[in-house]
Amino acid sequence: MVKIAVFGDYESIKGYAAVGMNAIPCEDPSTAREQFKTLTSGDYGIIYVTEELAVLLAEEIANLDDKFLPAVIPIPGVKNNNGIGISRLKASVEKAVGSDIIFNK
Amino acid sequence: MAVLNVNPTRMELTRLKKQLTTAVRGHKLLKDKRDELMRQYLELIRVNRKLREEVENEIAEANSYFVRASGVMSKESLDVALLCPKQEVYLEVDTKNVMSVEIPVFDVTTRTSDNSDIYSYGFASTSFELDAAIDKMNALLPRMLKLAETEKATQRMAVEIEKTRRRVNALEHVMIPRYRDTIRMITEKLEENDRSSRARLMKVKDMMVKQTIENHKNNPDTI
Repeated sequence: MVKIAVFGDYESIKGYAAVGMNAIPCEDPSTAREQFKTLTSGDYGIIYVTEELAVLLAEEIANLDDKFLPAVIPIPGVKNNNGIGISRLKASVEKAVGSDIIFNK
Repeated sequence: MAVLNVNPTRMELTRLKKQLTTAVRGHKLLKDKRDELMRQYLELIRVNRKLREEVENEIAEANSYFVRASGVMSKESLDVALLCPKQEVYLEVDTKNVMSVEIPVFDVTTRTSDNSDIYSYGFASTSFELDAAIDKMNALLPRMLKLAETEKATQRMAVEIEKTRRRVNALEHVMIPRYRDTIRMITEKLEENDRSSRARLMKVKDMMVKQTIENHKNNPDTI
């Protein structure tokens, strides 16, 4: 039995708490790394991260990509969205196929 | 020609031949694994892309409802409304094996099973935009889980495909040619040894025959 976490700025994540996910607010990007570390070692199966923070945590997230759990999924927040979710998919296609044949249309 | 550093003996030759058969068989198996993984991956990544686009759009929509709700309500009352959520979500994690890649399958359990029982506030003091936002979020939840599932699967499969491809290439372009070259080198060396010893024997025989004839000439009585 694992839980779902949503990690991001308060404005973006307060809605997820209402539907039962664990919203963990992070207002200060400088502490994001440490907070994320405690999250990944915690009892979470999925960690949704706002795109704004996902950029900061790119390295940590990449390290978790081939682990079984947790699944770290970038989601758009209310501000500073940068499309890292889609660009991660592109990177994954490039890794597997060798060149981007899905998005490069 | 790259050859392995081995002694050119018959025993090494048999050993290498055996290794070559294993390598060829392994290469074929790994190639099949790579192709099948790739097929499934491409299928999944298309689903993943579509799902992500949908989820991103709907999150943006839900966020816009929240923004509108916070426009109508004061920040304090909005926070109070969301402060103590009624609903809780737990995941049961199962494992699916795709071509020896283990991927998680999420099964969700919620504390309240009734979808209309998730609002953690009284309706009197809140705006309908907030209801709409929460409703939207709730409807989005299954698809967000599906997204997490497929995205994890594609990530893990991408890693596995890369690994398998490296192995296939290493076998195809390094290991197998090396074994073939070494086997050829040993065979050639053994044949060469064979030829040289045969030539030596013939030479010795010639010398012996010559000597016998010589003896016979000098001493015709003896055979």
